[in-house]
Amino acid sequence: MKKNVLPVIMFLFLAPVILHAQTKKPISPKPKAAPVSKAVMDRGKEVYLMNCLACHQADGSGVPNLNPHLVKTKWVLGSKTVLVEQILKGSQGKVEIDGETFNNAMPPLPQLTDQQIADVLTYVRNSFSNKASVVSAGEVKSIRAKIK
Amino acid sequence: MKKLLILFLGILSIINVQTVLANDSTVVKTTLPVDDIKLPPGFKATIVAGKLGRARHLVVNTNGDIYVKLERLRNGKGIVRLRDTNGDGKADDSMYFGNYVGTGITIKNGYLYASSNSEVFRYKLNEKNEVANPDAPEKIITGLVDQRTHNSKSIVLDNDGNIYVNIGAPTNACQVQDRTKGSPGQEPCPILEKAGGIWQFKADGKNQSYGEGVRFATGLRNVVGLDWNGQTNSLFVMQHGRDQLSNLYPEMFNDQQSAELPAEEMFELKKGADCGWPYCYYDQQQNKKVLAPEYGGDGKQVGRCEGVTKPVVAFPGHLAPNGLLFYTGSLFPEKYKNGAFIAFHGSWNRAPLPQKGFFVAFVPFKDGKPSGEWEIFADNFAGMENISSPGQAEYRPCGLSQGPDGALYVSEDAKGTIWKITYKP
Repeated sequence: MKKNVLPVIMFLFLAPVILHAQTKKPISPKPKAAPVSKAVMDRGKEVYLMNCLACHQADGSGVPNLNPHLVKTKWVLGSKTVLVEQILKGSQGKVEIDGETFNNAMPPLPQLTDQQIADVLTYVRNSFSNKASVVSAGEVKSIRAKIK
Repeated sequence: MKKLLILFLGILSIINVQTVLANDSTVVKTTLPVDDIKLPPGFKATIVAGKLGRARHLVVNTNGDIYVKLERLRNGKGIVRLRDTNGDGKADDSMYFGNYVGTGITIKNGYLYASSNSEVFRYKLNEKNEVANPDAPEKIITGLVDQRTHNSKSIVLDNDGNIYVNIGAPTNACQVQDRTKGSPGQEPCPILEKAGGIWQFKADGKNQSYGEGVRFATGLRNVVGLDWNGQTNSLFVMQHGRDQLSNLYPEMFNDQQSAELPAEEMFELKKGADCGWPYCYYDQQQNKKVLAPEYGGDGKQVGRCEGVTKPVVAFPGHLAPNGLLFYTGSLFPEKYKNGAFIAFHGSWNRAPLPQKGFFVAFVPFKDGKPSGEWEIFADNFAGMENISSPGQAEYRPCGLSQGPDGALYVSEDAKGTIWKITYKP
């Protein structure tokens, strides 16, 4: 009797762990993003150093409570439209990431060209452990047109 | 089957341990080595408590109870009282109260005072020297500016029944558009009416706001560390200087200059003092207040900055002084008596140059004036030599308090650690 019951009890205790582990496995492999060319990454980095580094820091880790980090966040990996608008319009703080808030204002940077914005966003989306699709100058152009 | 049972129990115990760690409602004993913190010979730092989260300022009562103000609610509360009941130097008892986040906390004349980011409360201490009604504080100040940036309200009392509250300016340099290249400074800066200074209120007042308070000093961008100096009977404050000189004015400042300038300033404030922000900043290399570029300055011109209050001590730029304490104890050597300890939170705006700060500094004082150069007292809170981003820092010092035995307590808000620093010759 004891021999039969024990595995059942064990399963009941461990089932949540086992099932939880299984749900973490990807159901279907995501399509592989094409590698970003070095030229684009270099150009994007140059824009980053000039305009972003002071607040978001060299490693994209930001500043706790003040300036949002750029590592695998819903902002960086999410909607390109939101990201482009963030650069064109800036923000007045209170960005929220996983329950943390960041309070410093971000200046709008409309003086950057469509190409510069595309490059820097592509750089950010593919640096600091991020992996996301490229942003093209054409996409920036159409988003900018809708803002005006 | 036996092996299987052992494996099963092993897995269960791991799960249980994780549950305990995730559910740490009481003080967690930390295993971090205490000698991480570098101190002068004879001094020793021990960790009293850890993992409190955003532990901002703290105050130690005459009975040894430690009150810590939290900038993130913990168990739904924003103040924790820590107590060491068995005398082993570690807090083993904690009590949480106050349903608001904030920074300021102090004790004076039988009351515990604590601030949210827009209000100040006080709690009467009973005959046992404990907070009598933790859930029913008196609201003494309300309605202060809180626009997130620079919103912490540090507090200190004088010996005449007044409380002083810093109200930080919610901006970098009062530009029309904050932190934006090419945006001019507002003239006059409208922020100064309700922020960018120190306000004085009655310590026993009720629901006081700007109408009942006095703007005691102005032209202070953001003060977090402040203390009342009993020797001089005056208020001393630490200002966080403005950011981004090279970012906003690359034609005038290079990154090296921007990393060092402007100074973080210690002021002794007389009523009516104007310390110059946003129109002026202090250049510690030229030893003078100069006109800010947003107001026509070029890094050298003085202009309207002639005559604004000068600092009594100037520190390198961006180190973020968050705690100030005049040491009145007798535990430490004579040199430290009446001198100032300053907790530096550590910089972010020195990038692309390496970040600095993450230490507790000391300035010797004699007859109410600085009597020597400032020095690093407690170092290596960052836990590493070269630090490029503040997120890499292990600890970020924030608050200071003196214990009844003359020990120095330090709080930090990266993880929420409290140290007690003692001395034995």
